[in-house]
Amino acid sequence: MANGLHLDHVCILKDGAKLIEIDTHVAPGSVLTIMGPSGVGKSTLLSAIIGTLPPAFALHGHVRLKGRDLLPLPPEDRCVGILFQDALLFPHLSVGANLAFGLAQGGTRAERRTQIDTALAEVGLEGFADRDPETLSGGQRARVALMRMLLSEPKALLLDEPFSGLDAALREQVRALVFDHANARALPVLMVTHDQEDADAAGGEVVRLG
Amino acid sequence: MIRFPRLPLFPLLTVLFLLGPLVAGLWGTLLPAFGHFPAGGHTGPSLDPFRALWEWPGLSDASRLSLVTGIVSALLSLAITALILAGWTGTRGFRVLERLLSPFLSVPHAAAAFGLAFLIAPSGWIARLFSPWLTGWERPPDLLILNDPWGLSLIAGMVVKEVPFLLLMSIAALGQIDGRRRMALSQSMGYGRIKAWMVAIFPALYAHIRLPVLVVLTWAMSVVDVAVILGPSTPPTLSVQIVRWMSDPDIGFRLLAAAAALWQLVLVVAGVGLWFLGEHLIARLACRLIQTGRRGRSDTPLRVAGFALGTTVSLSLLLGFLGLIIWSFAGFWSFPDLLPDQFTFRSWMRHRTGSLDALGETALIAGVSVVIGMILTIGCLETEERYGLRLTQRGMWLIYLPLILPQTAFLPGLQTLLLNLGLGMGRLPVILAHLVFVLPYLRLSLEGPWSAWDRRQATVAKALGATPNQILWRVRLPMLLAPLLTATAVGVAVSVGQYLPTLLAGGGRVETLTTEAVALASGGDRRAIGVFGLMQTAAAMLPFALALALPALVWRNRKGLLNG
Repeated sequence: MANGLHLDHVCILKDGAKLIEIDTHVAPGSVLTIMGPSGVGKSTLLSAIIGTLPPAFALHGHVRLKGRDLLPLPPEDRCVGILFQDALLFPHLSVGANLAFGLAQGGTRAERRTQIDTALAEVGLEGFADRDPETLSGGQRARVALMRMLLSEPKALLLDEPFSGLDAALREQVRALVFDHANARALPVLMVTHDQEDADAAGGEVVRLG
Repeated sequence: MIRFPRLPLFPLLTVLFLLGPLVAGLWGTLLPAFGHFPAGGHTGPSLDPFRALWEWPGLSDASRLSLVTGIVSALLSLAITALILAGWTGTRGFRVLERLLSPFLSVPHAAAAFGLAFLIAPSGWIARLFSPWLTGWERPPDLLILNDPWGLSLIAGMVVKEVPFLLLMSIAALGQIDGRRRMALSQSMGYGRIKAWMVAIFPALYAHIRLPVLVVLTWAMSVVDVAVILGPSTPPTLSVQIVRWMSDPDIGFRLLAAAAALWQLVLVVAGVGLWFLGEHLIARLACRLIQTGRRGRSDTPLRVAGFALGTTVSLSLLLGFLGLIIWSFAGFWSFPDLLPDQFTFRSWMRHRTGSLDALGETALIAGVSVVIGMILTIGCLETEERYGLRLTQRGMWLIYLPLILPQTAFLPGLQTLLLNLGLGMGRLPVILAHLVFVLPYLRLSLEGPWSAWDRRQATVAKALGATPNQILWRVRLPMLLAPLLTATAVGVAVSVGQYLPTLLAGGGRVETLTTEAVALASGGDRRAIGVFGLMQTAAAMLPFALALALPALVWRNRKGLLNG
């Protein structure tokens, strides 16, 4: 089974001591939830998959995406997108420019602008392209961050406690949006959370660490 | 028990010591620039000094040199710093570079410039390394490398000194930016390391280091000591010419110098204006480029270039320092030998009296100005604490003001004002002038540790019945021993390196290691330069060694205070 995201006998060491061990597979369009108390190294695992593991850590095993071995590749060639708790929109760029930063290269200016407007419309933010990100609500920012990531055409999506900054009502809404979009694009999703509700909503396999 | 004064005494005094000499100096420049100089028998107002300045044939060259060398070296320093950070932060290579560069932060500008001169001069180490097997040179070639008319060596000298400064300022600022996640996000969208860093981190970082960058810019446009050593001489940069006129035996030249000092201020303001314009244009251009979505993935050549530039900077400093050591002990040393025939103590013995006297003067001035500066700075921090005040953005500009204002714009005025008032120049004015530059650095280095201190410790002490003064003296200051000593070392290094304030406020009669070393530049006695340059470097660096060693000794049985 070459599809999806494979973590084969992955083991992360910090200064020689074993931190995490995991061996699993995420099918396209499904969500794998990793739960555990803070400090257990959940975010470190995500860093390892996107390729930004700090020098103090070492990684054994294999990470494969659609059959392609990720570990020898630099982060920019891995096609693995990530979303954090904060939207991390660039404050010096307008909402539209933030999306343009994500949008894969190519196309004329007019074409790119159309793609951005479509993406905004897709998450109910028509006409927001020229807005300053600071003027957006938390839920709106989360939606822009999601579209920015999806426009870069990732082949897998990692979520690092993505909904913990949002209040309960918003949370459900944004969560559904993220899962729907990932599912529509058949992306394997790996979510790290300490919230049982997130895990229940994801509906997929749950791995507990620590 | 001393009660802490109800009035904000310390902030008032600090502002007075910071701004007093600035305002007095500018006033003292303004009067003679418009022909009013009673001490020299001139009463104004008149425009004669400016007429004389316009008629000076070197004016356009000197102005252009100041503007171009200043802006180019600031731009290069910032670009190299950004390239090193963009390509290498978080890697092992970066930590190596950081460790190589940070000890050189405290090296006085003059010593660093001499070191570089020993390296790149026609008879310097680089030429010796490739001679005669590659170049065929049996004698030092007749090339104008040092003091070249375009100011290229001057630019190199300033870049070498400013890259460590900007790099360490940036590293401190990066701690306040969520850099790791921003990088991860951009890289996961397919961006190469350098482009990801430039888009995701540089704008936020630049907002933090904008004031230090301006310090670099205005310093580079108006520097004197480095320009005397490495810069062109006919004509020199405007600042060097101002100092020449100030030291002319004919006191009438003070008027011309004052007019030129105001012109220098105008140039620096214009330079800063150009810089702001550049910031704006680059920001707009960058926004455009970002939106094309180009990923910039093949950035390996750029990363390598960044590392090579960083290595070049640290190697120049390191080898320059070695050059000073070797020249000071050199016996006969002919070209193109890499090392002298023999090593002797002759130069050290010959300059023993002179250098020890200068060391004593240097230590006295640094000691007094740093003690006054520390009392004022701690007084300010504690007052702000007790009155619940915080340093605003405007306050920050006030602290940076003496560092941003070109020294050549107000220090000549300080001297003419002293002359006009019939006051002598000498040690006391020099100490006050040094304080203007020591105070900002003390505040900047204490700001972080002071506010990072855990205030619950004060609450605990208060609950045990301690008064605010007891909390300050018996809890806070002892706990902050290490940062206090580091700040002291920074202050000493700043004072040791000061050239122009010593020269002008001292009327040429106060001889420190720095003024003596710079005075040797024109003579070309490399052994003497080695001795004085080395002494100067030692005077600036030794306090740092003490600042590291003392807390480890005092708190050897207090593990909780050793890793701060």
